[in-house]
Order: sequence, then C-alpha cells, then structure tokens
Amino acid sequence: MVELESITKVYKAGRTEVPALRGISCRIKPGEMVAIMGPSGSGKSTLMNIIGCLDKATSGQYRLDGIEVSKLSDNKLAEIRNKKIGFVFQSFNLLPRTTALANVELPLIYSGSGNRSQRALQALESVGLAHRIKHRPSELAGGEQQRVAIARALVNDPALILADEPTGNLDTTTSKELMLLFKQLNQRGITIVLVTHEPYIAAYTQRTIRIRDGQIEVSG
Amino acid sequence: MKIWVCFATALKTLLSHKMRSILTMLGILIGVAAVISMVSLVRAEQAMVQQSFESLGTNLIFVTPGAPSGRMGMGGVLGTTQTLTLEDAEAIARDAPSVSMVAPMTQTTTQIVAGGENVGCLTLGVTPEYQHVRNFEVDQGSFITEQDYKGRARVIVLGNQLAETLFGQISPVGQSVRINGRQFRVIGVLKGKGEVFGVEDQSAMVPLSTAQAVISSERAGSGGHTVQSISVQARSKEAIDTAHWEISNILRQRHRIIEGEDDDFTVMSMDALLGTADQMYVIGELIMGAIAGISLLVGGIGIMNIMLVSVTERTREIGLRKAVGAKRRDITTQFLTEATVLSFCGGAMGVGLGWLIVRVSANALANMGLPFPAIVPSDVIALAVGVAILVGLVSGIYPAIRAARLDPIEALRHE
Ligand SMILES: Nc1ncnc2c1ncn2[C@@H]1O[C@H](COP(=O)(O)OP(=O)(O)OP(=O)(O)O)[C@@H](O)[C@H]1O
Ligand SMILES: [Mg+2]
Repeated sequence: MVELESITKVYKAGRTEVPALRGISCRIKPGEMVAIMGPSGSGKSTLMNIIGCLDKATSGQYRLDGIEVSKLSDNKLAEIRNKKIGFVFQSFNLLPRTTALANVELPLIYSGSGNRSQRALQALESVGLAHRIKHRPSELAGGEQQRVAIARALVNDPALILADEPTGNLDTTTSKELMLLFKQLNQRGITIVLVTHEPYIAAYTQRTIRIRDGQIEVSG
Repeated sequence: MKIWVCFATALKTLLSHKMRSILTMLGILIGVAAVISMVSLVRAEQAMVQQSFESLGTNLIFVTPGAPSGRMGMGGVLGTTQTLTLEDAEAIARDAPSVSMVAPMTQTTTQIVAGGENVGCLTLGVTPEYQHVRNFEVDQGSFITEQDYKGRARVIVLGNQLAETLFGQISPVGQSVRINGRQFRVIGVLKGKGEVFGVEDQSAMVPLSTAQAVISSERAGSGGHTVQSISVQARSKEAIDTAHWEISNILRQRHRIIEGEDDDFTVMSMDALLGTADQMYVIGELIMGAIAGISLLVGGIGIMNIMLVSVTERTREIGLRKAVGAKRRDITTQFLTEATVLSFCGGAMGVGLGWLIVRVSANALANMGLPFPAIVPSDVIALAVGVAILVGLVSGIYPAIRAARLDPIEALRHE
C-alpha cells in the first residue's frame, strides 16, 4: 500500500535548514493497521503529511498503491487525496456553522459524486452517529466530533486512513471507543496509519513504527 | 465542482454572516441605485423636453427682434425691441425658397372680459398659418381662417386653460368676450400643450390684422407693422440650415445691415436648440457615469477587503478543503462565486432601490403637477447589473488567488 524509499525532508527556516526526515524507508501492506510513535519533533507529522500527499519529500521515492507519487502534479495529488486517502486530525477540523451531514459531504463535492447526502448518511451510520446528522460541531461532544471527522474520511471509500494523534484531544474512555471504531474499519479492509504518544492506543494496532530524529528506530 | 453547488455553498457562507454580507453589499447597492435612478430620471426629463420641443412645431425656425445675445442664442426679451415687421415676414415667404410657411405674430397683454370674469392674458395676433407652423390642434370649433384675416374679423380662439377660467363648464364656442371694450366672437378652443411650453394654454389668439387695427398698432422705424416674432417652417429637416441662411440674408438686406455690422434680429432653429440640450444631457450622463463609476469602485474595494478578511478567517477551512481533495481551481471558484454573488445581490437590490426612487420622485413630481414617466429603462438595468457583477468578479480575483495558493499544511495549522 505504502512504499517509502530513502525519504528525506528538509525544512528551510530562513537561512538554517532543519532536516525533519533523514532517510526513511518502510512498507505498509494493504489491510494493515500501524501506529507511528516517537518523541515530539521526531518527524511523525512530517512523515504523515508526505504519506498523505499533502507535502512532497525533498528526496526519495514514494509509491502509493503502486503509483509513483513524488512526480505528480498538484491537481493529481488533490485527486489522490480525495479518492484514496481519508484524513483524521487531532483538532477534528470540522467546518463550524455546518451540519455534521454537510461536513461529511465535503469530499464528495470535490469528487463530483451524486447522491451525496445518502452516502454521507451511510458514513455517519457506520460511525454510529445517524441520529446527529443535523447537529453543528459546536453542539457535539469531542468524541462525536471526531466520529464525524472519521465519517468524512470514510465517505469516499478510501484505501488508506491517516490519523495524526486522533485521540490527542479526548479522554481515555472516548479514546478507547474510537480505537474500537478504527479497528472495525480496519477489519473492513481499510489500511490505517495513526500517530500516537499513548502505548495503550498503539496496542490496538498490529505493529508500531518508532521514529527518533527523523529516522526509523524500530519497525516491528 | 458543479456550478450550482458553488452557488449554494456561496449563499450558505454569505447567509452565515448576514450583517457583514449586507454591509458589504451596501456599497454596490448604493452605486447601482444611484445610476439607475439618475439615468432614468434624466432620460425621462430628456424625453419630455424633446416632446415639448416637437410640440412647438416641426422644422421650426424662430425669428425674433434684437441682436443675438448670450447663451442659448435667444434674442432680446420678446417685444422689447421692435425691428421686425409684417413686411419682413411677407418678404421671407416670397423670397426664401427653402421656407414652406411663415407665421408672423404680435402679442399684447390684455384684459379679457366674459360674463362676470375679467382675466389678464396675452392676446396674440396671428395668421392662419400659425396653427400649422406651431402645431396647434383645435379642440372645439375652428381656427382663424383666411377670410377672418382678410376681413379683420372680430373672432377669437382661446387657449384651453383660459377658456376654462372664463367659461367653466359652458362651451365657449359661439360665446362672446370683450377686449378693450370691443366685442369678439369665440370661434375655437385649442387643445392644451401643457408642460414646458404651455404659455399658449392661457392665451388668446385673434387675426393679426384685427389685432393691428383694434388692439395695438405700433409702427417700426421703417414704417412697417411691428411683429414680435416670425415663426417659419422649413421645407424639410435638411432644408433648415439653408432656410436659416436665406432668412438672415433677406432680413439683413431689408434692414440695410452692412458687412461686419451686427444683426438687429435673431434667427434660431429649434433643431439647433434641441442639439444644445442633447449635448447637455450627454455631459450630464458622463458626469453621472463618473459618479457611478467611483461609487462602484468603492463598493468593489469593500468587497475585496471583506473577501481578504474572509480568506484569513477561513484559512483552516481552505486547508481542510484542500486536504479532502479541493484543487486550486475549486478554491478560486468558491471565492470568486462568493464575491460575485455578493455584488450581484447588491446590484439587484440596487435596481430595486433605484426603481423605488424613480417611482417616488415621479409621484412627487406628479403631485406638483408635472406628470413624469416612472420608467427604468431595461438597458440601464442590464448595464448596472452587468457592471456590478463585473466589479464582484474583479474584486474577487486577488483574494481568490491568495486563497488558492495557501499551503494546505500551514493552512491546517493556522489558528
Ligand atoms: N514548516 C516547518 N518549518 C520548519 N521546520 C518545521 C516545519 N514543520 C516541522 N518542522 C520541524 O521538523 C521537525 C519535525 O516536526 P514534526 O511536526 O514532524 O514533529 P512531530 O513528530 O509530529 O512532533 P509532535 O509529536 O510534537 O507532533 C521539528 O523539528 C519541527 O520543528
Ligand atoms: Mg505532530
């Protein structure tokens, strides 16, 4: 599913160059559920952004689902994000003043799909929020908001879901419920990569990739 | 992204900031309302003036005594100088080939008595031609005939308002009135011309010969019979300029004016006067266009300002949209649509307000006795709305491009 080969990423902050990733190579097979762990500033988010086609590596090769991604145009990358990837963020990133249903419909607008509300409703049902479709984010609890975000990530039937600290803003009970949901989705065949600082979260996954200073420490 | 989805999204966004959207629209709204109402009112005014000029007579040339003076080319005040004579009019009719009809006129302020009423008014001494040259229509009875003129008949034709003042509901034709103690038989009542050139509505007309015999018989220095004006009809629109030249020549000869000396009369064609008026309207429209342009520019700057604020405020939203698959084009379209919907709504409401202003002004004028058409020309509406949409598009371009250029990662991290 994900094949990374000697990926480096160097940020330029003014004159100084910050090497965030220094030669990452790894593979994530279709249907896997993987956790990425590591200290703050080790480059986890940077790696997720590259995997998610939001950012381009400074050097190295990245194949997603067999497609060489590093050379694609911005528009092609937008299409890949839309069709193949679903994002879940730590801070939910739902549109305020917009209903749960409309939030979930958003990716469908950009793929030009028909019967959007029906598909969005299905996605909300699959995260157990069918009774909350008309609510705005401000009227929902944190866990519910994150479920809406997961429904949004699901709605275009992606092959890969990327979640950068999805439980970072939630309490333990809610986090565990959410991890069960992720596990369910993984059992449906969706590949899941998530970043976490919590070992009990990582315990829900099949394996953990440990990163330190932009390099893979343990991949097991 | 389909276009109606764009519109729906834009509408939703604008509705979620109602106050701000309305304030932003205000600039465009006022600009468009100003254009619509001003242009409509000026057009109506122009049409009315044109109509009034046409009611004066077709291919009309005015000859008045006194040297041409001042702005509009109008001669000295009617009746103050007495250089034109009946004989001049006869000479023009005889010697100017481009002229089809000549109507000399005298005018005197008189008291008309009928029954108990005693009214001061202008009494014009005219020939039968006067009716045709000056486009008068007879409402009741008939106009002064050739026989009346030749026989110095004591007959009188009344303007419609004068007739009403003197006789009220009674039919005036066949009744008699007294001027300077002499009795006149009413033979006709004129149709009203109203509005700008309606002096005749309150005047009376008698045969010129009668007027000279019994009302006033002033003589010019040359010994001829003084007249206050000569109305001349040219053979055609094209013949107006030639006729103008012929009349000047004849009068200069008759008045023995040598090269280099000033005329003691004024020849003026209505066409030229209308042309001057038209020119003034063009200038007026240009000035209004400039005002409208400036207010629309200000409106456009307002829209651009709000769109820039909106882009900054919604940085995270833009980042998210990009993350879930929005292309640059999608983001550009979204913000352009918002700007355009804003300006279009402003423009549409401006049309409404402009129309209202025209209606209210027309009503107010009508109450003051000036019937005024309350019409907003459709080309003006189309132009104003078109320009409003254009303003929205143009002022949306820069914010839209800025939004589309945002880096999704940084945008998502934005607070
Ligand atoms: N846009 C940027 N410009 C410059 N340096 C950056 C930028 N983004 C990240 N970095 C640097 O790259 C390194 C890796 O950052 P990254 O956000 O990937 O860490 P992380 O592992 O996600 O940390 P955390 O656990 O706190 O989220 C850090 O040293 C960070 O300062
Ligand atoms: Mg991070």
